[in-house]
Amino acid sequence: MHILVCIKQVPDSAQIRVHPVTNTIMRQGVPAIVNPYDLVALEEALRLKDRLGARVTVLSMGPPQAEAALRKALSFGADEAILLTDRAFAGADTLATSYALASAIRKIREDMPVDLIFAGKQTIDGDTAQVGPGIATRLNMQLLTYVSHIDNVDLERGEITVQRRAEGGVQVLCTRLPALLTVLEGINEMRFATMPDMFRAARHPLAIWDREAAGVTDLTKVGLKGSPTVVSRVFAPTPRMHRAEIIQTQSDQPDDLVATLLAKMFTKFPDLRAAVRPRCA
Amino acid sequence: MNQPTTSPKPAGRRKFELDPRFQSYKGVWVFMEQNHGEIHPVSFELLGEGRKLADQLGVELAGIVVAGCDADADRFCAEAFFHGADLCYSLTHAALTHYRNQPYTQVLTDLVNRHQPEILLLGATTMGRDLAGSVATTLQTGLTADCTGLAIDLDNRSLAATRPTFGGSLLCTIVTLNYRPQMATVRPRVMSSPVRDTSRSGRILAEHPVLAETDIITKLLEFLPDDRRNETHLPFADIIVAGGRGLKRPDNFRLVWDLADALGAEVGATRPVVQAGWVTADRQIGQSGKTVRPKLYIAAGISGAVQHRVGMEGADVIIAINPDPDAPIFDFATYGIVANAMQILPALTAAFRQHTAAMKKAV
Amino acid sequence: MNEQFDVIVVGGGPSGNAAAYTLAKGGLRVLQLERGEYPGSKNVQGAILYADALARIIPDFRDDAPLERHLIEQRVWILDDTSYVGSSYRSADFNKPPFNRYTIIRAQFDKWFSRKVQEAGALVICETTVTDLVRDGDRVVGVQTDRAGGSIYANAVILADGVNSQLAQRAGFRPEIAPREVALAVKEIHFLPEETIQSRFNVTGDEGVVIEMAGKITQGMVGTGFLYTNKESIAIGVGCLLSDFSRQKTTPYALLDHMKRHPAIAPLLAGGEMKEYTAHLIPEGGYHAIPQVFGEGWLMVGDAGMFVNGVHREGSNLAMTTGYLAAETLLELRAERKVFSARNLARYRAKLDGSFVMRDLRKYKNLPRIVEKNPQFFTAYPELMNKAAHTLISVDGIDKKAKERAVRKHFVSARSRLGLLGDIFKLWRAFE
Ligand SMILES: Cc1cc2nc3c(=O)[nH]c(=O)nc-3n(C[C@H](O)[C@H](O)[C@H](O)COP(=O)(O)OP(=O)(O)OC[C@H]3O[C@@H](n4cnc5c(N)ncnc54)[C@H](O)[C@@H]3O)c2cc1C
Ligand SMILES: Cc1cc2nc3c(=O)[nH]c(=O)nc-3n(C[C@H](O)[C@H](O)[C@H](O)COP(=O)(O)OP(=O)(O)OC[C@H]3O[C@@H](n4cnc5c(N)ncnc54)[C@H](O)[C@@H]3O)c2cc1C
Ligand SMILES: Nc1ncnc2c1ncn2[C@@H]1O[C@H](COP(=O)(O)O)[C@@H](O)[C@H]1O
Repeated sequence: MHILVCIKQVPDSAQIRVHPVTNTIMRQGVPAIVNPYDLVALEEALRLKDRLGARVTVLSMGPPQAEAALRKALSFGADEAILLTDRAFAGADTLATSYALASAIRKIREDMPVDLIFAGKQTIDGDTAQVGPGIATRLNMQLLTYVSHIDNVDLERGEITVQRRAEGGVQVLCTRLPALLTVLEGINEMRFATMPDMFRAARHPLAIWDREAAGVTDLTKVGLKGSPTVVSRVFAPTPRMHRAEIIQTQSDQPDDLVATLLAKMFTKFPDLRAAVRPRCA
Repeated sequence: MNQPTTSPKPAGRRKFELDPRFQSYKGVWVFMEQNHGEIHPVSFELLGEGRKLADQLGVELAGIVVAGCDADADRFCAEAFFHGADLCYSLTHAALTHYRNQPYTQVLTDLVNRHQPEILLLGATTMGRDLAGSVATTLQTGLTADCTGLAIDLDNRSLAATRPTFGGSLLCTIVTLNYRPQMATVRPRVMSSPVRDTSRSGRILAEHPVLAETDIITKLLEFLPDDRRNETHLPFADIIVAGGRGLKRPDNFRLVWDLADALGAEVGATRPVVQAGWVTADRQIGQSGKTVRPKLYIAAGISGAVQHRVGMEGADVIIAINPDPDAPIFDFATYGIVANAMQILPALTAAFRQHTAAMKKAV
Repeated sequence: MNEQFDVIVVGGGPSGNAAAYTLAKGGLRVLQLERGEYPGSKNVQGAILYADALARIIPDFRDDAPLERHLIEQRVWILDDTSYVGSSYRSADFNKPPFNRYTIIRAQFDKWFSRKVQEAGALVICETTVTDLVRDGDRVVGVQTDRAGGSIYANAVILADGVNSQLAQRAGFRPEIAPREVALAVKEIHFLPEETIQSRFNVTGDEGVVIEMAGKITQGMVGTGFLYTNKESIAIGVGCLLSDFSRQKTTPYALLDHMKRHPAIAPLLAGGEMKEYTAHLIPEGGYHAIPQVFGEGWLMVGDAGMFVNGVHREGSNLAMTTGYLAAETLLELRAERKVFSARNLARYRAKLDGSFVMRDLRKYKNLPRIVEKNPQFFTAYPELMNKAAHTLISVDGIDKKAKERAVRKHFVSARSRLGLLGDIFKLWRAFE
């Protein structure tokens, strides 16, 4: 079995700051990490590998620094890593990203057919959850998003059965391989790489593919050119209202504060009076 | 690579000539998501928003109903009319009974290609995101995810979709200039629901797509409904009491539950609290949790980080309890009490109990 | 299968990077282990880079190293509660390349340095903590990590794991540091737009300013404060002896917070957003605190060996130089086909003694003891100096002669005449 995992290197958005005055993004020292959701996908792929035996290839499109993300994936147990990097890919939106990734995957398939593709639920920077479905659509593969459990992979029949999170319940779906899965967070916990794995990851040669290697011929479909969406404006959220009215009393005792608050609130928002309906014990 | 750059070209401002291929694309569509006979409320929220867009453009608003044969598609259409649609495309087929990517993508792209809307909106649900990604790719058009605001740039009749970026610290506006339809998904509860007006009606254009179950590769073996008893009703709760890390210890969170009981409220929490395991993940409010629009939101021990704020600032009234007068939550709360939540929460509980007792007597 | 290297370097700070780079360039098989996610990941610390030490190792570092600003002005402030007296030195000469001192952000700088190390041919493995040394009798033959899958062997191990060096302590190479030989420093980075920094500090382009501070900001403890300008941020911090912190029961955070509110400092930070708060130890023991820094199959470099010049706030340059000298020693021995025994590695200590590292540290060898025994340098004097300045500068109808008399009286009454003389003498001795 050949499993492909798409991973993306993203800035650790927990550490991104916006300057309060100038509204500019302050990138200084913001570390790049592997998109956390992609690690969940990778671990799920590795578990299948442990169970059924498989070759796991990781694929990432990004700047040369994204190598670090791929090496990390190798240390966890991925077998091969491919970095898709080319100036022409820069500025891609999800449509252009899925185009480049799908092209590369077609090339990868020439070497060894791919049975399963894993993508993260979404990225923490783009946050769109669109690239996975985009790739599946372009490769004409079955798409299973928000998978919460892989019930069974039947290689002989070329089938996979999964549980998929849907509104109000879980769908148990069976489909034919090859298929693309995006998995939910929290369904597994990433392993801790061994020392020999760390050595292998550090030494393993990466495949670095430019647009030619990835089989991208139509340059109008990648990068900024191939992106239908255009960012027209970036701005800071405006305050919803003016600052809160701070409740103060002479004593500043909790009971007084609360009484003052309720009096003010019920006067200004009389509708709230009736909204309060205690749960009966 | 698909993150917006910091200094974008002001593309939205530019006047431009729409590709002649797309001149015929007219109208605003809303995908009416239905699950097991129930329309997802996000569809109504989208109709409310779609109505405004359609009026600005001077075009019709259409609801797209996709359902199985035995579903009451006409009722779904009627609901769409009650919430603002002028017409509905009603696509029914046995193979469409449950959501599956392949047949849904197929019928929706086919419908778009034949009737050519300029805007197509879907809910950012597990169904909407799955479907929108495939449809946009098939149609080779732009799709903006998780929008919090939609507007028309009248200069060139394009959809200006606003969404959070960089972990919610900033917003960006995205346009899809020379592609049609312009697609966007919107999270549930980000927009308010329009008033249901049962006097409204519209045209139903019923279609029975040509589909063969044998061509559909993915099979639904089973549907395991969630245990409704444990379900939280956060998104639709009128009152929410939420606690944050400022409550310091898991046992202090009991004070939040007590107040919620007194108010008949739902309980919400910030991400650190969820991660610490004080409450279950379905109670997380914010960017990576739920969006809520209650009448009253009581925030105890919450700093008001932007990722939390985007999930709750739609509340009508926000009460914040935090001993730090500079906490960002006071920048957008309605009322603030600068004090220790461990003292204020019990006092609030007692006060509200008194209030309801008094109300009862009055009746 | 066991991995075998010529040298294992523990730690990816400036000292470990300098050593690993030099060794790999010299053709040895080098493994460097770093516990952080990547070298430098543990901090965003803004710091000062002294170009000299690095230029010796990577002469053309200016081509691509992430440097923030080159320093053209140094201010020294002695603060009391509301004012400061100070001096500043600014020179157009500092604007002539090659520049001598830069501000850097450690996270970026260390990452860059690590890339150089890898390009030189060393194998760098991060997110891996060395938990113990592997020994064969006296001899260190390898390391043990927190990852499953066995030990790693080498002919020599360089301990570049920083001030805490758990490894050296566990191995008995170094005693636990005494609280009075180490300062606890806290530092924050505040973001400010580039233009704001330029106008606030009266600089253009990539010019930068350093402010060294002493006085009442340390609330009587032995220590100093500092402020550095980066491109789009300001690093501000304060450090005091750990022993003083525990004696005074002051928290470093409270100290820094108080310092930031000083009327002379607050306006420099106004409008900034705090990005990172870090606390770190700095060896302050000086010359006398330096342990045995080599042995059978091992060498100690950088903060691990307590190589810090607390007086001039130099650390990273000593770290790089010691790392470089350790590597040079190993390369020479290898070329001479000599084993890495303690006797042969003694050459490292000789190199240290001949370098500025030991010369400088020897020069100030008594200072730590003097300041420790004479807290008045950090308490009484700042106030007196500020009072003096205030008295002399205020125009209030009192003649200057009378003012000078008053100032002298203040000094003498605060420190007896003998004490004053003694203090001057002690300081002179320490710096001489
Ligand atoms: C990509 C991303 C997505 C995220 N998504 C979400 C999300 O969906 N939801 C979410 O909530 N967060 C989210 N976060 C995290 C968010 O950035 C904040 O870290 C989080 O909201 C802070 O939670 P808090 O207010 O409980 O804790 P803190 O920020 O630690 O605030 C605690 C507050 O309690 C106050 N306090 C202290 N003592 C008391 C007391 N005795 N009584 C009352 N108050 C007290 C303090 O003054 C402080 O203001 C996300 C972050 C990222 C990077
Ligand atoms: C607040 C502050 C300000 C300073 N300002 C300056 C300045 O302006 N200019 C200057 O020249 N110096 C300055 N210094 C001193 C300077 O930072 C240090 O002297 C220098 O960093 C020492 O380098 P090092 O490589 O020896 O140690 P470190 O930089 O501490 O590096 C040690 C590395 O080893 C790793 N490590 C530790 N244990 C293990 C283990 N068991 N296994 C694997 N890895 C391990 C750590 O993660 C770390 O990356 C300052 C220090 C502080 C605290
Ligand atoms: N540049 C990329 N390289 C590889 N995989 C990607 C890339 N961008 C997105 N993906 C994959 O698509 C998923 C969804 O991304 P997004 O649509 O950006 O939320 C991610 O979790 C990745 O698995």
